Formats: sequence, structure tokens, C-alpha cells
Amino acid sequence: MKSIKLFSLLAGAALLAASCAKDLNLTPKYGLNADAVYSDPNNYINVLAKLYAGLSTSGNQGPAGMPDIGGIDEGFSQYVRVYWNLQELPTDEAVCGWNDPGVPELNTMTWNDNSSFVSAMYYRIYYQIALANEFIRYTMDEWLNTKDFTPEQVAMIKDMGAEARYLRALSYYHALDLFGNVPFVDESDRPGVYYPEQISRVDLFAYIEAELNDIEALMVPARAGQYGRADLGALKALRAKLYLNAEVFAGTDRYADAMAECSDLINAGYSLEPVYEHNFFADNHTSSEFIFVATFDGQHTRTYGGTTFLVHSHMGGTMDPAYFGTTSGWQGNRATKAWYDKFPDTLDTRRLVWLDGMEDTITTVGTFTEGIGITKWRNVNRDGSVGSEPVTFVDIDFPMFRLADVYLMYAECAARTGTNLSQGVGYFNMVRERAYGNSDHNVTTLDLPTILDERARELYGEGHRRTDLIRFGQFTGGSYLWAFKGGEQFGISTSEHYNLYPIPSSDLISNQNLAQNPGY
Amino acid sequence: MNWKRSLGSALAFLFLSSTALAQGRVSGSVKDAAGAALPGVVLSDEASGTTAMTDNNGMYSLTVSANQATVKASMLGYVGVSKTVTLTNAAATANFTLVESAVTLDDIVVIGYGTSNVKDLTGSVVSVKAKSFQKGAFSTPEALILGKTPGVRITSNSGMPGAGSRIRIRGGSSLNASNDPLIVIDGLPADGLGLLNPSDIESFTILKDASATAIYGSRAANGVILVTTKKGTANSAFHADVTAVTSFRNVTNQVDVLSTEQFRNVIAENGTSTQQSRLATADPNQVTNWQNEIYQTGVVNDYNIALTGGLKMPYRLGLGMYREKGVLKRSELKRYTATLNASPSFMNGKLKANTSAKVISAENFYANQGAIGTAVFFDPTRPVLSGDTAYGGYFEWTMPNGAPSALSPRNPVGLLMLRDDVGYNTRALGNILFDYQPLASEALHLFMNVGGEYSYTHGNTFVPAYAAMNFNNGGEMNKYESTRTNRLIELYGNYNKQVSNRVHADLTGGYSFQHWSSSSPSYASLNAAGDTISPANPNPFFSENALMSFYGRGNFNISNKYLVTATLRSDGSSRFSKDARWGLFPSAALAWNVLEEDLFAGQTLFSNLKVRMGYGLTGQQDIYNDYGYIPNYNYGTATAQYQFGNNWVDILRPDAYDYNLQWEKTATTNIALDYGLLKGRINGSVDVYRKNTFDLLGVVPIPAGTNFSNRVLTNVGSMTNNGIEASVNLVLVDNATTNFEIGFNASRNRNQITKLSLVQDTTSPGIQVGGIAGGVGNTIQIHALGMPMFTFYSYEQIYDATGRPLERNGSLDQYSDGVDVNGNGKIDDIEAYVDQNGDGIINTSDLVAWAGKTPEPRQIFGFNANFSHKRWSGGMTWRAEQGQYMYNNLSSNHGNYFEVGGSMRHLNNLVTDYLNTGFRSPQYLSSYYIQEASFIRLDNLYLSYNLGNLYQDKYATSLNISMQNALVITKYKGLDPEIAGGIDNMIYPRPRVFNLQLTVTL
Repeated sequence: MKSIKLFSLLAGAALLAASCAKDLNLTPKYGLNADAVYSDPNNYINVLAKLYAGLSTSGNQGPAGMPDIGGIDEGFSQYVRVYWNLQELPTDEAVCGWNDPGVPELNTMTWNDNSSFVSAMYYRIYYQIALANEFIRYTMDEWLNTKDFTPEQVAMIKDMGAEARYLRALSYYHALDLFGNVPFVDESDRPGVYYPEQISRVDLFAYIEAELNDIEALMVPARAGQYGRADLGALKALRAKLYLNAEVFAGTDRYADAMAECSDLINAGYSLEPVYEHNFFADNHTSSEFIFVATFDGQHTRTYGGTTFLVHSHMGGTMDPAYFGTTSGWQGNRATKAWYDKFPDTLDTRRLVWLDGMEDTITTVGTFTEGIGITKWRNVNRDGSVGSEPVTFVDIDFPMFRLADVYLMYAECAARTGTNLSQGVGYFNMVRERAYGNSDHNVTTLDLPTILDERARELYGEGHRRTDLIRFGQFTGGSYLWAFKGGEQFGISTSEHYNLYPIPSSDLISNQNLAQNPGY
Repeated sequence: MNWKRSLGSALAFLFLSSTALAQGRVSGSVKDAAGAALPGVVLSDEASGTTAMTDNNGMYSLTVSANQATVKASMLGYVGVSKTVTLTNAAATANFTLVESAVTLDDIVVIGYGTSNVKDLTGSVVSVKAKSFQKGAFSTPEALILGKTPGVRITSNSGMPGAGSRIRIRGGSSLNASNDPLIVIDGLPADGLGLLNPSDIESFTILKDASATAIYGSRAANGVILVTTKKGTANSAFHADVTAVTSFRNVTNQVDVLSTEQFRNVIAENGTSTQQSRLATADPNQVTNWQNEIYQTGVVNDYNIALTGGLKMPYRLGLGMYREKGVLKRSELKRYTATLNASPSFMNGKLKANTSAKVISAENFYANQGAIGTAVFFDPTRPVLSGDTAYGGYFEWTMPNGAPSALSPRNPVGLLMLRDDVGYNTRALGNILFDYQPLASEALHLFMNVGGEYSYTHGNTFVPAYAAMNFNNGGEMNKYESTRTNRLIELYGNYNKQVSNRVHADLTGGYSFQHWSSSSPSYASLNAAGDTISPANPNPFFSENALMSFYGRGNFNISNKYLVTATLRSDGSSRFSKDARWGLFPSAALAWNVLEEDLFAGQTLFSNLKVRMGYGLTGQQDIYNDYGYIPNYNYGTATAQYQFGNNWVDILRPDAYDYNLQWEKTATTNIALDYGLLKGRINGSVDVYRKNTFDLLGVVPIPAGTNFSNRVLTNVGSMTNNGIEASVNLVLVDNATTNFEIGFNASRNRNQITKLSLVQDTTSPGIQVGGIAGGVGNTIQIHALGMPMFTFYSYEQIYDATGRPLERNGSLDQYSDGVDVNGNGKIDDIEAYVDQNGDGIINTSDLVAWAGKTPEPRQIFGFNANFSHKRWSGGMTWRAEQGQYMYNNLSSNHGNYFEVGGSMRHLNNLVTDYLNTGFRSPQYLSSYYIQEASFIRLDNLYLSYNLGNLYQDKYATSLNISMQNALVITKYKGLDPEIAGGIDNMIYPRPRVFNLQLTVTL
């Protein structure tokens, strides 16, 4: 009897243990699922921060470790870095000496649909769009009506929704500019297995315009919101860019509308930073001319892309790292002679170059000391001190839109439309005066070639060059040649189809609804 | 052992005959090779046929009919021994020592949830027992069975102490999930073999086909290895076995790099003025062989004491102390183990509690493995010590301001000596298997298995601020910690009975629940002074998963002629959504013992002939992600915040997920033949199998914008593995004094991916994998449709008439004539690499997936030879792998002039392959570096001498010398042709080991 009791006790204990352990519904202890996140209004700001951080970080861990995108080195896939590569390397403003897969063909404008950087930019853009769509879904009435938020909270959430739509429009703008005809997804598309339809360039242009018009009323007035967040100024700057390039994007002339946007921005209270190079210092968050930035910080927003990349990749040769406020040069990027020759003299304070130990003519792309060294981006503060992290990660914020750009856009629109010419000349001269510190180099009339060159002198290395050259018809073709354009030492004409990047082959395969851009 | 002896005794009893007319008595003892008494041994008098049996103390007394008698001692599983004795005064003494023989048909093997006679097996099961293990000193146990079984490929990870191995059974069948087999230790599915003490292991049973593994259902797709530790035997007296092994190990091969003199010549011929002036700063008489500087003779001391006994309760307590100084300076492993197996019984033997507990405590000093690679290419004209006090006294490359030069390599000896990295791990695992016989009949047994595992690891690293390696941050002082647990409960029953004249049924059915968790806190990373370099993550890491199962198996033996097995298991895993949670894994197998047919009665050629056929479905759920189907948000770290105004905001990110994630499934068909000839003197088997894996998990690209990343883990593909395995054992000599056996095994496996993406597509090249060193993001392998996994993927190199590979813009005078096809005076891209699509440019479309070149061998062979003669015994194990390729990353990364360092502040040495190619810049993706890596290895060679009882019938002693990794024959020019994954970027070298072992039984 004792033995039966003993065993039944054991058996009972076992069954008890077994039934308690019947739980196969295990959820992560330190994460939140979607519904839990959006049930607390305090969490919205954190998801919104991720949308902005998509421009600066490459993942959830700074500088690397939890990447957003797979299949490419994490540092390579950071938004600003890959955007900069696609907008600058194929132009006269930059050449990179590294052998990493994807880089050589960007220098020489010989890429194809397997290029890893083209792929990285494409997926990075759609990463932003997919996350924005998710956030926007949870700011709509369909969700908010099921929750018990206060009217103030609802208003705040809807304002955040507008910011998310701005960020989505910004990424779609980049897609419009770089890829043209792309897959289209919006907040009605939930994560799952499906094949998005392709939208034409013209229709995407119209969509972006409609989105920006729709959210305008919800945006915070220019310069009135928190630094780093999109406001009405950022919206108008994006719209100005959209209209300025409308001939390329949609075949229509919208220069007058662009000029109107620029005019609003010029009167919004921004002013040019007195010293040009302060715009690219570690403490450039104090600049008075920035309209929209991607922020970086040596302690809090770390990445191997962004401005950390811009500083280190341009360092090498005889350059002293201490001058740049950091250590170790990666010996990659420098500019071409074609660009450098646009500076008529050494008085222009925008001419931030390093010539010591450098040969200005490039014979081998891989040799860093051939080309024009660039010292524009430096991790030092105005008082001479070094950024918050002196070893690798810089504090420099990356300006997406700034006032000098707007002045030059206005001048260009004036020249193209033939209206408001004196205003245009005036704004152009403000840029010149800041550059020279006096009015000795002012102009009296506007002509498009000078404006294009002025943009090269003012905005080099800020991710605008390719778009500008395309608008002026000089990116492809033979009208303007620079070192290694097309793969030849002094440049050769390239095919017009390179004005658009190809849809990556991996997406063409995954999504049979897409058709490749012509020429690829 | 338990089973064998009781079975032996039972059978012996049947043969006992009544006493005949006695003329004399022979008596004595029978012991086994270790000196333990052997009860149940049958002694027989050849002349009269009388028999006797040994008692519990191994003593016997036999009546014989003549003054000169030949007495034979025999027992199932042992080699029979005969002795001739002459009686004086009608008495004589004859003591026997019996040695275990080769696997016999009546052997018992452990299978899932029970044991089985080899005769009754229907599945593909191979058992390797302790006596067949490789001999020597091993920090991890899987090395014991290297080369012993067909179809099992074990590749040690490196020569580092405690490095462990990668085990593959019949090729891998997964791309993204684990390819490791399930390891079950004494009935507890465990977290790998780890540092389990090899001396405590009795046998490895390897289950290869679905019908053998199906009982483990969702984890069985890559095979199962059942590890059984040594236990005490019932009715045996106490004895203690002491083993001491001392081992010396040396690196026997070095990477071929330019000698100091060759290096100077190369710089003199090719160097820029900067490089020449840098070389001029070196002492012209300094010659340093950096590889010599970092290695030493490794030493191992391994002491084991096993206390076994079992008069009332069989038990064994094994204690071990293992200490290894590795061949890389400063690397050290100390391992302490305690293994206890005890089987107390209660309720008059009706309830047994088979208890097994193991505690393994290890302390590992990890020498800085960065030194291994750096020693290959560090400048050979520089001294180890600079004569200065900076940087710990080591020579380092510096910048003009005296700080260490950022992109230069660090002094290899400095890397070793100035970095401390210590890890401690304590692992405890164990289980109690309750075995209850509720009824009087022996047929029914009820079991409850409760057990678990707990493993705690912590460690810290330290680099002083003055060391060059972390100079800018001011050194390093970090710690880490992690905990892994699992707990198991199983309830099952077994009904084993001859149900009718012809049918014997063995039915098992039950329930199992196992839960795993793994956690680790996040610590800030600090420099040597304690300042924070990067802060801790806001949350620790924690992950858990659970598995619940129901299973049943029926084994039916029909007249010993036909054997039928049917298994069904249903598993539910927490890793999948409710809709995809449960999987059903059935299997069925048939076997036919051909010789039992009346047709074949009386034939003498074959001793065994069995045909086996089986089919089954198994699963794989080890997907490295416990929550893949849940839409989950995670906070970013403190270094990935975003600035809003004057605040830093933490970011919250959704993970890409697939709600419909489910098991991988593998359907296996296996057909086999087991044979034995000439009374078992030739025996072996041949297995032919086909494995078809579908719903293969892969991280694949998905349409842009449809999920929260560009890739997601989802079920996308299918893959097949087809192969054949064969083994032959030949018992060449088997008599009273001598035994000589050899065994061959061979296997061949073909792997092919049959589906790989969401869309059935033949134009995509595939998924690129296999990252290499050199540049950023370069890969050299690909998973492609119609090809094996990890196929090598590169440009097709063009060679000149002498076999020298051509380089774009390489100078023409180093090549033979005719290489400049288009006559433009230089080597173009398309003259160096084959332009596959003829479009005149070389780009990613010209990469070739080399169908015949993968890191997996086409054929694997093993050869074992063992002999014993009187007191001597010895053996060797050879192993060969043929048909695999290796990417020589050391040559591709350090075999070109660019790597010497141009505008950097250092000079690097090159491997001698540079003299073959003359490459001026890296050609990472050239097929030149994909080299054949077939090899033949002498894994083990040993010789033992049994000194017998040293004093008063006690203290049985034996001596053993052995060598591990004695010899490698290969064409591969790199250091070692055996590197898991096929990419040779330098491994911690595998030393040649020489051991001396002493075993004493007290």
C-alpha cells in the first residue's frame, strides 16, 4: 500500500507539473507587440523617433549590431551614406578609392541592376515607407476611435501622423528622383505576402504633391517646433525641390510654383550663417540657416554612415586627424579637378580643400592621394574644441535643406522664368557675399551656367549634385566630362539611361508586377 | 552492461547440465579487461562437456574428466578463451580474463525511449562503444568517434582547447535553421555535448534515418545522437579505476609567408619611395618569424577516477580533472567534472529510479586569437620588443605624433600578452528516470523522466590603457554573463510481450514537455579606467521557448522473420503561431531477416542477412528565433537615440515577421542491407537514402515595402540530400590469444537546392552567403537553384600558358606570350576573367556558381584497424574526405602587393602565393583561390600494454601511448584542409598530439 501511495504521489506531482506547463503561447519579455505599443499614447513619440532615426542610424544599435536591412554591410546601408554615394560618386564632386563591391561602378557610371549600393538605397527607402505606413495606420480614426485617448492626445497623435507622412513623402521623393517608376504602397497595405503595383513617375509626382498639400495645415510653423523634427519650412523646401525638378520628373514646367515656395521660405525667418564652414562643424545644430536636417551625435546617435562616414572617408594622405576632431582616416573620397577648377581664386571661403601631398589629376581611382582632398566636414566646435566623442563618432548634423540652397533655387527659377530677376540677383549675391565676406564678387545678371557652377561651389558634398546635373542635362551625355566618367581617365559620354537607377534585380524577381527602367 | 550480463546469465542457465562423473576440479576466477569480476560466465570442459558458471564474485568451480583438461570460458559479447591445465591432486586453478568482442548480433543498443536488440532494429542505427573510441586526451567528447561511422561528418572547430566540433549526419538539410543533430544525454535532450567528460561516456548511438529518429519528431531532421554515460553493474564488487593521461601537443605546420630576406627583396623591387624608406628604418639584421613567437608546446594533464560498484544499488561516480595549456601562448582550459549514475530500487525492485547527474565546471583563458592572423602578415623585419617602455614594451606602428597608427596591425605578441579574457562556465545536467512495474508481469513498465539543465557563464576581459590595441579608448574592461536552462518532464509507458506464438510486440506511448530559456544582462562597455565607452542596453536579453509532444511507437517481431515498426509523434512548439503550431511526424519501417526463412535454413555462408526499408517525416524547429511569427517592437540602444529639441528620444522599432512561419519538414526514405558472413567474421551494412526537405526556412528578399525589412525569415525552399553509406568489418583473427579486426566505412552525399524563393524563378543567381575577409561585404558562396548549398561563386580566372593567373593591368612581361588577346598593350578585364555573357564588361553578371565546388566532400571514408595479442593491443584510425573545396582567404587577402600597405604607416608581409601570382591588387573573387581540399588523415594511433595485476591479484594496470592528428596528406596549400564552412581565413591550428596514459584499477 505504501508503495502504491508513493507512486501515486509521484504520478500526481508529475501530472500537476505537466498541466501547469501547458503554456505554448510565449511572447517576448522585453518587447511589445503592435497593439500594446499603440495603446499607450506615450509610445507614439518613440516610434516617430524611429522614423526620423531611419535617416541617421542603420539599425537599433549604435553604431551597428541590430541592422534594419539585411544582405549588405550595416554601415553601408545607412540612409544618408548611401544617398550621398548615389548622388555624389557618379558626379564631378566625388570619387571613392575603395574596392568594396558596388563602389567602383558608382564612380564610373557603369552600374547594373545587381549593384549593392543601388539595392541598399532602394530597400532603405522602402524600409522608411513601410514603417511610416504602419505608424500612419495607427494615427487614423479607425484605430483612434477604439481607444480612450483625450482630445489633446488625439490631436498630438494626428500631428505626429502628419510628420510621418512628411517623412514618407521625403522618401518617395528620393525614389522619384533616383528610380522613377517604383512599387507603390501606402497605409492601406499591411505587412503580408502580396505584390505591390508599380506607379509611373508622373503619378508618383502627383501623389507626393497631393500628400504635401494635404498635411500642410497640420505642420508646425517653420522654426517653431523642436529641432530635428519636420515643420512647415521642411515641407515647403521639399515642395520647392519637387517643383524645381518637375520637368525631369513629370515633364511639366513648375518653376513659378517653385519660386513661390522659395519666397515663403526666405521670409520665414531663416538667415545665412555668417561663416560658411560653421555649417559643417560639430555644433552645427546652432546654424541659423538649416531648414531640415538628419541629426547625428557622437554619444547618442552613432553610425558608421552619415556624417561619421563623411568625415572619415575624406581623410587620408597627409591630413592630420586632429584637424578633423577625430582619429583615423578611411582614405576613400576626394573631389575631381573638374569641380575644383570652378573656383576662380583662393578667396572663396567655401573652398575647403586639402592639396598638400595630393596630385590633382587622377590616374588611378584607388589612389587616395590623387584628386582634391576635401575638408568640409569637421568634428570640431566653433571654439576649437572637439566633438563629444573624439575617437570615431561625430556630432555633425547633415543638412537636407538649407537657406543658401533656397536662395540659389530662387535665382535659378527667376532665370528660367524670366520673372523677378532683380530679386533673383539679390538672393544670389547674398550667397556670394557670405562666401567672400564682401560684395566684390557680386553679379548683376543671372545665367544658368553660372548658377549651376555656384551650386557646385556652395552645395558640394551635400547630396544634390546628381539631381542638379540631370536637370541641366549634363549628368549623362558628353556635354560635361570629369575624371573617370564612364570609366575613362578624362571622362567620356555616357548613355542617357543612366539618368535613372535600375530597380534592383532582387525586387524584379520577388515582385512580378514591376518592369525595369529602360536601358537595363 | 546490465542487460548483457543478465541476458548472458539467463542463457547460460539454460545450458547448464547436470554434473557428470567427476574426476577432478578446476576452479578460479573470471575477470574482464578492467579487472572486474564477471558473473554469469560459462566454463566448460571440452572433453566431458560439463559446465559451470561464475558466481557474483566471478568465481567458479568446474568438474573435469581428465587430468589434462582444456577449460573454455565463454560469455555472450566476449571473446572466448581456452586454457589447458594439468591437475595435481585432482585440482587445478585457471583464471581467465575476458575481452569484449566486436559487435555481435545479440548486442543491445539504446534507441529513443528504450533499448533494442541489434537483431530487431528496422532503422539505421549505429552504435559506437567505449572500446572502439579513439584513444587519447580530448577536451570535448565528439572526437572519440571520428571516422568510426559512415554518414557522420565531424569537423573540429579548431585546435583551441574546448573548441568542440561541427557534426553533420547525412549532410545538412537546412539553410537558416540549425544543421546540428539532436543530442540526447541519458534520455535528456540536452544543449549540445559541450565539455562532457569523454571518460564518462559508455557509448554513442547515432540514429540516422527517419524511422529511427521519428520518435523525436520535430527535432529529428538532422539525426539524433544518444549519449550514454557509464553506469555501475548490478552485483559487482566495488572497485576504483584511476586513469592519468599526460599529453604533449605541437603545431607542425606554418602558413607559408615570405622569409625576411624574400620580403626585403620584394620591397626593393616593387616598393614606392615611401615603402622603401619605411623598410630602411628597420634593423637590417633583424629576422623575426612571428608564427614561432606565438606558439608553444601544449600540455594536457587529464586525471579521472571512477568509483563503481553495485552490490545493492549499481552506481558509478566519475570525477575528472582536465587541464590543458593550448599551443597558442596563454590559452588554457581547466575542466572539472563529476558524473554520478545510480540506480536505486524500491518496492522490491518494482520501482527503479535511474538517476544521472553531471556537473561540469570549466575555466577558460581565451588567448587573443587576433594574434593568429596578425602573426601571418606582420612585418618580419621588426623585433618583438621595441626596447622602449611604450605600449608594454612591444614594437608597434605609430603615427608621427607617437600614437598607434589606426589602420595598422598590432604586434601579435602584444595582442597575446596584453589582453586577458577569462570565461567561467558551470553546467549541471541530470535526470531521474523512474521505472515502475505496476503488475506482476514484466511486460508492462511505466516511466517518468524528469530532468533539466542549468548553465551559467560569466567572464571578463581586460586590456590596459597603455596597450596599443585599444589605445584610443584607453584600454578595455568588460564583463559578460549569460544563463541557459531547460527543464523536461516525460511520462510514458512500455508494453513488451510475446503476444502470441509468432508475434512479439513492444509498444511505447507517452507525453513530453520541455522548456528552454536563455538570458543575459547587458553591461556597459568600459575602458581600463572604468569610464563608459558605450552604455548598457536598456533591457537585458531574454528568450524562451517550449515544446509539448505526444508520441507512440510499435515494434512488432513476427517469428523473428519480419519486423515492423510504426511511429507517430505530434509536436507543438511555442515558436509558431497557433495556426501553425502542431506538426505530425509519422514513420514506418519494415525489416526482413532473410536467414530466418525456411528456404535458407542450414546455409552456412551468411550469419546474418537483413533487408530494411523505412520512410518517415521529421521536423526542424531550431530556427534561432523564438518569436519569429509575432509582430514585435523593440527599443533601440542608448547609442541609437534621436534628437528632438534638447532631448534624446529612445527609438522603438517593429521587426519584420511572418505570421505563417512553420516547421521545416524532411521526408526520408531509407533502404538498407545488413549482412554477416562466415559466422560474423565479415559483417557490415549498406544504406541508400533520399531526404527531401520542404518548407525550408530561409531569410529571403521579399517585395520592397511589404514588411519591416527587405528580408524576412519564412518558409521558402526545398532541398534534397541523396546518398549511400557502406561499412564493412572484418575479423581477421579471433582466437584465445589474438584478435585482429579492420573496418572500413564510406559514405557519399549529394545535396541540391530545389526551390529557393517566394516566386519560382530561374533567372536570379540565388542568395549570396559566405562572407570573406578583405574589403567590406564580399561573399564567395551562393545558395542557388539546382546546386548544393554554399556553392562557390566567383569569376572565372584566365591563366597564361604556364598556369599563372592574369591580372587586369598586370605588366605583360610576367606572362607568357599571347595573353593580350586584343593587342592593346595591356590586360583588360575580359582578358583576365572570362566574360560569361559576352557583353564586353566584367561585372556581377559574369560570376559563376561552380556546380562541382562546395565546402562539403563528395565522399567520406574511415578506416579502423585494431589488434590485441596477449597483453598488447593497438590500433589506428584513418579518415579521408574527398571532393571538397576551400576558399583560400589568407592567400586572396595577403597574397597581393596592395596588402603591403601603401599610404598607410606600416608594411605587411605577404604569403608566398604572391610569388606565384604577382598580383598587385586584391582579386578576392577569382576562381584561382577556390582550391581543392581533399585529405587523408591519420587521426589516431595507439599501442597499449596490459601489465595485469601488479600485486596480490589486484591493481590491474595498463599503459597506453597514442597519437592524435598524426599525419595529414593533402594537396591543399593552406594550413589545414579541414575548416568547417570552406573559408580559410586562418584557424587556431590543430596540433599533433602525443599522449601517455596509465590506468590502474584499485
